Amino acid sequence: MTVQSFEKGFNDKLDKELTIEPRDWMPDDYRKTLIRQISQHAHSEIVGMLPEGNWITRAPSLRRKAVLLAKVQDEGGHGLYLYSAAETLGITRDEMFDQLHTGKAKYSSIFNYPTTTWADMGAIGWLVDGAAIMNQVPLCRTSYGPYARAMVRVCKEESFHQRQGFEIMLTLAKGTEQQKKMAQDALNRWWWPSIMMFGPADDNSPNSEMSMRYRIKRFTNDELRQKFVDVTVEQTRILGLEVPDKDLKWNEERGHYDYGKINWDEFWAVVKGNGPCNKERLEARKTAWENGAWVRDAAMAHSQKRKERSSKKEAA
Amino acid sequence: MSQQTVNKAEWPLWEVFIRSKAGLDHKHAGSLHAADAQMAMENARDVYTRRMEGVSIWVVESKYVHASDPGEADSMYEPANDKIYRHPTFYDLPDELKHM
Amino acid sequence: MTNSKNMSIQKLLYTLQIADNALILGHRISEWCGHGPVLEQDIAITNTALDHLGQARSLYQYAATQFNALNQEEKKGLFVSSALQSLIAQGKLLDEDDLAYLRDGWDFRNVWLVEQPNKDWAYTVARSFLYDCFNYFFYTELRNSKDETLAAIAEKSLKEVTYHIRWSSEWVIRLGDGTEESHKRMQQAINDRWAYTGELVKMSEADTAMLAEGVGVDLNAIASQWQERVASVIEEATLTIPQDTWMQEGGKEGRHTEHLGYILAELQFMQRAYPNMEW
Repeated sequence: MTVQSFEKGFNDKLDKELTIEPRDWMPDDYRKTLIRQISQHAHSEIVGMLPEGNWITRAPSLRRKAVLLAKVQDEGGHGLYLYSAAETLGITRDEMFDQLHTGKAKYSSIFNYPTTTWADMGAIGWLVDGAAIMNQVPLCRTSYGPYARAMVRVCKEESFHQRQGFEIMLTLAKGTEQQKKMAQDALNRWWWPSIMMFGPADDNSPNSEMSMRYRIKRFTNDELRQKFVDVTVEQTRILGLEVPDKDLKWNEERGHYDYGKINWDEFWAVVKGNGPCNKERLEARKTAWENGAWVRDAAMAHSQKRKERSSKKEAA
Repeated sequence: MSQQTVNKAEWPLWEVFIRSKAGLDHKHAGSLHAADAQMAMENARDVYTRRMEGVSIWVVESKYVHASDPGEADSMYEPANDKIYRHPTFYDLPDELKHM
Repeated sequence: MTNSKNMSIQKLLYTLQIADNALILGHRISEWCGHGPVLEQDIAITNTALDHLGQARSLYQYAATQFNALNQEEKKGLFVSSALQSLIAQGKLLDEDDLAYLRDGWDFRNVWLVEQPNKDWAYTVARSFLYDCFNYFFYTELRNSKDETLAAIAEKSLKEVTYHIRWSSEWVIRLGDGTEESHKRMQQAINDRWAYTGELVKMSEADTAMLAEGVGVDLNAIASQWQERVASVIEEATLTIPQDTWMQEGGKEGRHTEHLGYILAELQFMQRAYPNMEW
């Protein structure tokens, strides 16, 4: 078969909404784009453990502590599922870690903001996980099989994350003056970064078109962003809190909320490494990895010794 | 891509199969890294059964899985298409007939 | 005062002794979440933290029930912190969180071993291993307690602890019989944590009182089982058991190392800064 006929087979599958599997032929840029997107997604889960992990030791009740711990652990699991999906494309997890640690690979910028109060656990669960779910649900039908299956698992587990976040916010919003203030403060700080999570505006998102064609992206950044704003503004009402956007108003004609201008300078500054916590987050990941090297080596050495011993026994 | 370039000591990859409840088949759940089979089993328990997803686990080191070639799909699976007589609905029997 | 402690107070202190071990060890282990040496083990060790935390909650809930059944005089004499004294003066019923978040260090009854810092994977594994070996035999016996609640908690916890002891034993063996470096680190960790193991099987006043009632476990009987189990794993790991080590103690009587204060400062910060609120 010629490359052209392989490519035709691949395109036919895309058109018929069939899945592409690891051993199927695929164009190089499909493979590359997928590796970039899936590993970036996996890195986001792993780095995302840090801002919330911050509060595990300080959670205000035993129940909250257990829930938060289980939630942060889930994020580790999600990272693992996604790394595994990327590994089917011919890259190792170690290589992906190396790309993260050297700054070659990106992760979601939202995790470069600090978690300074307990209410941030609520805001992250509600807004950040909310935005993530909006991104992820369509990916359950993405064209690459292992990625789609990983996302199905992630979305299933993720559903409790947003609920626990909203529950924290609701408890605070219904609580004392101080608690309400804490909740509003968290909303003020996390609102805009959450909106930015959907990525640059469509007219400024160069890879979007190809990703849509490959069905590794199913809605544009702005479509998802609008959906998020519409849903979240309503939820804010239930909390009795105020969205920190004076330009926010319902547009009858569009059937959507209009929202204020996004500060893209801030967005690009954080992407380029100048967010409040970029250095700390990367440092924490690198430290964990480097400190773990002797542990990983020891486990391999032990496994090797065992194998040698049992083969000697068999020989004897 | 070379596995040697970054770290030759990366723990091997394992495929995890889980029986979700008694009486069902084991089904592929995903993969993970582990230094040996015992650890792979335990990692599978910790990673893939946190929500009571399983009652039994199989782990197989990924390098031992042999997969069919998608390029041969036509010759492998098409021939079964016209053998509908293997399915019970192929046979036209009277409605009054019970227990068959 | 000590002599006059009645059996309900002894049982409460006994319950707290077990609960505090579970909470403080769970808290320590939870510090690993997001920082483990490899993703799979990050997830694995967090499962363990969740087990300990779950056990602590069941035990604190039971302890709170016991506390709430005491008379006002007994209640006043138990815990020192102003926060608890003021709740007691108001006649409030206590819950699991009050016990975890409002007692000061001298009212915590956990052993010193569990409050020791994580340091590295070897120290964490050593601490878990030495404790799990105790905990396994302890819960095995506690299942026979005349106290039905404690027996039920033991029954459930034992399943979790059976997995913990397997996990930590395997890691002791892996690191001990791994590379030269891991062997050295594992041996050092065992050496340094060894001094905190004597206390595990030393009978406190509450232990003695509860044993006499058929509620508690005979720690002297466990001591030899503990030793045997620890020795066999250490041998398989090609490590050696430290000799002639001075044994530290005091946790069960409310005397602690400096570490506990810092743990509590973090653990209790929210409840202290924003008292009497729902979270």
